[in-house]
Amino acid sequence: MSEALLAVSGLNAYYGAAHILFDLGFEVRAGEVVALMGRNGAGKSTTLKSIMGLIERRTGAIAFAGADISHARTYDIARLGLGFVPEDRRIFTDLTVLENLEVGSQPARDRTQQVWTPERLFELFPNLAEARHRVGGRLSGGEQQMLSVARTLMGNPLLILLDEPSEGVAPIIVDAMADMMIALKQTGVAIVLSEQNLPFAELVSDRAYVIEKGEVRFSGTMHELSGNEDLRRAYLEV
Amino acid sequence: MSLAALFVQLLNGLAGASTLFLIAAGLSLIFGVTRIVNFAHGSLFMLGSYIAYSLITRIGGTGLGYWAAVLLAAVCVATIGALIEILLLRRIYRAPELFQLLATFALTLIVQDVVLQLWGSENLVGPRAPGLKSAIFVFGRALPTYDLALILIGPLVLGLLWLLLTRTRWGVLIRAATQDRDMVAALGVNQAVLFTSVFALGAGLAGLGGALNLPREPANLGEDITAIGDAFVVVVVGGMGSIPGAFLAALLIAEIKALCIALGQVSFLGFAISFPQFTLVAEFVVMAIVLVLRPWGLLGKPQGSVRSIGQIEAPIVPAGRMLQMIGAAVLAALLVLPLVAGGESYSTVLAIDILVGVLFAVSLHFIMGPGGMHSFGHAAYFGLGAYGAALLFKDAGMPMELALVAAPIVGCLGALIFGWFCVRLSGVYLAMLTLAFAQIVWSIVFQWDELTGGSNGIIGVWPSPWLATKAAYFYLTLTLCVAGILLVRRILFAPFGYAMRAVRDSALRADAIGIGAVRVQWTGFVIAGAICGIAGGLFAFSKGSISPETISISRSVDGLVMVLLGGIGTLVGPIVGSVTFLILQDSVARQTEYWRALLGLVIIFLVLVFPQGIAGTIQSWSKRAWKPA
Ligand SMILES: Nc1ncnc2c1ncn2[C@@H]1O[C@H](COP(=O)(O)OP(=O)(O)OP(=O)(O)O)[C@@H](O)[C@H]1O
Ligand SMILES: [Mg+2]
Repeated sequence: MSEALLAVSGLNAYYGAAHILFDLGFEVRAGEVVALMGRNGAGKSTTLKSIMGLIERRTGAIAFAGADISHARTYDIARLGLGFVPEDRRIFTDLTVLENLEVGSQPARDRTQQVWTPERLFELFPNLAEARHRVGGRLSGGEQQMLSVARTLMGNPLLILLDEPSEGVAPIIVDAMADMMIALKQTGVAIVLSEQNLPFAELVSDRAYVIEKGEVRFSGTMHELSGNEDLRRAYLEV
Repeated sequence: MSLAALFVQLLNGLAGASTLFLIAAGLSLIFGVTRIVNFAHGSLFMLGSYIAYSLITRIGGTGLGYWAAVLLAAVCVATIGALIEILLLRRIYRAPELFQLLATFALTLIVQDVVLQLWGSENLVGPRAPGLKSAIFVFGRALPTYDLALILIGPLVLGLLWLLLTRTRWGVLIRAATQDRDMVAALGVNQAVLFTSVFALGAGLAGLGGALNLPREPANLGEDITAIGDAFVVVVVGGMGSIPGAFLAALLIAEIKALCIALGQVSFLGFAISFPQFTLVAEFVVMAIVLVLRPWGLLGKPQGSVRSIGQIEAPIVPAGRMLQMIGAAVLAALLVLPLVAGGESYSTVLAIDILVGVLFAVSLHFIMGPGGMHSFGHAAYFGLGAYGAALLFKDAGMPMELALVAAPIVGCLGALIFGWFCVRLSGVYLAMLTLAFAQIVWSIVFQWDELTGGSNGIIGVWPSPWLATKAAYFYLTLTLCVAGILLVRRILFAPFGYAMRAVRDSALRADAIGIGAVRVQWTGFVIAGAICGIAGGLFAFSKGSISPETISISRSVDGLVMVLLGGIGTLVGPIVGSVTFLILQDSVARQTEYWRALLGLVIIFLVLVFPQGIAGTIQSWSKRAWKPA
């Protein structure tokens, strides 16, 4: 499958002596939304961090947009057009909303058709528009989540690694997140969504991989996963 | 004292605050972004004043030339800073904090010798700035116009830095990286460029400070240590990483010092207090108070740990059969040393020094390794032991043997008091507070002429007749040193040792299972202080005289070098490290005049090649060798 935008195979990752991911592999095609599903501690976040080069010890093949990024440095990976929205958001709390967005902006890549500006992002996230001069630390949890996504979009990524955007935010924000993702998808951006919340993942995802104890246990369309009760019970429900 | 005199002193203090701010601001910026506590910052300041001296004496005849020379000096130092970052620091960002300190300390040694080689050991008095050579009269007292210029320059630089940090993309990135540098990288920002530029800016500010300080103080080889001491205090008081905090703290400390000078001799309840003597102590007292009341500094924020992947430390294991055999062989060799080499031989004398060093390093390692408390002022307890024993022997007329027994008690008492404060902090802050206490002890010893002999120290501290030969003293030292090591080993593998390591790994969890974290750490601190006191006492009687040098920062740092050299993860580490260090120092010092630079290069080599220390590296080699392929 040469048309894959992101191809991961044989990925192993470690925290110190602890082996967390075991020969994990998955693929994302351009413009596709793929969900990585799994319970707490399954290794979803570790997978995303490994792809971004934020885990010190990892082995395996990771290719993005035709480039081998398995040994690349984090900022080079980001420059290639891989955006990352971490689960703990990691907003710069001392910086204003606008300054947070400034950190996320990158020199344009020629492949990019869409150029995100703060103004365009404020259309997508109206709440942020009102708070543009407020420091990140004084935003609500939901606003911080939006800012984290918006900040990553400033770099005009081809693919976004989105780690549990629905976690710990109000239902109304979860809906807004879903709308935002659908809007994003229409602009042609691919998304890898790490998620435990099946209804949310169903709203936006085309395909899904289920991860348990650092290994892929299932891959298929979102439809197949939703329809398979045994699978859900085994790997998702608590 | 008149009000006029006070006012002029305060203005003088403001001028001093400006240079203090410049150097501290650079240090703070660098720490904020790179999380490196740059020990070499004082050296950059010193380079600034020497380079400015050379430039000003060539092109500084006119006003324009003078200020161009000052700026050029700052640019030169900034360039040097960038080179240091690219060639050295870049390789050690992921290394443990203490290694970074060690590497930058090595730079101070190298810079010392480079300056000595290029400019000589004479103090160099710089010409005053054209147009600012006169003085104005305030309430009838002279105030140099140059000081007025300095008073303006401080806030000016603060303003420019503020604009740079808030109004430029570079500044926004710097502030973001100060908070979460990994996230900045994940957003596509090249950290390497950012770090190099921050280091260059910080170095440039230090260089500027040095250049501006030249008309107030001649360029001299002692500037680096004074400057770094002052800058540490200012940064810690103001809050690590906070530029306005550095400004505020610089003002506060410079003014307190100025006040001490202005107050002069004061009679209070029949006591004559000489305030000018307090200038050295004052800043460290301020720092100690601030750290206790507001550990993150006046304008700093409580700091989370650095966001990067920490290493999990492997537990200390009892020595294997092999190591025990080596230990026994070394001991046997030591027992016959005076017989083979000669009782009064140089080898025996050197061996005494080394054994004292081993005990010193083992006691430091005890709190650093298993205790996780990185003391930067371990010389305090060494000095307390040494001075305690010497004073009890000379002034109180105690027999030598009894004075030696008292040495650990004095060290222990010091650790009891200082430790109470220190164990409430952790990380860099703990390191700085231990340093502050050591400096307080040093200042008191240095300035209390009547009791301690001040800078001359105490002479005639000789052991009793039965220990008068070097051989006899060697056996005494060997006995106490081995006893000390066995005691530490015993404690480490006793329940208390496990508790101490549990607290190091997680104070919170240790507290939760009923180990009182603070109490355990305090006890550890006191034990280390007592053992270190023995080393100090042995040192005093082996030399026959002691001076404030016994408590200097460089002794504390020597201890750190020894421990890190050997490796922090094993008990033999400090022993191997101190022996290597002292033999190296002894042989290098005899080979060349520039032994400091050589030592510095060796340290940097070791940090880059043996990040686990000598013993640690050998251990992991042997583990790999034993593992079936
Ligand atoms: N910094 C770390 N050090 C050591 N182990 C870690 C670290 N971070 C995560 N782990 C472990 O790695 C495993 C995978 O964690 P990960 O965060 O990837 O799970 P996750 O699928 O994202 O879970 P969640 O849904 O709770 O976010 C877990 O067992 C976790 O305990
Ligand atoms: Mg997660």
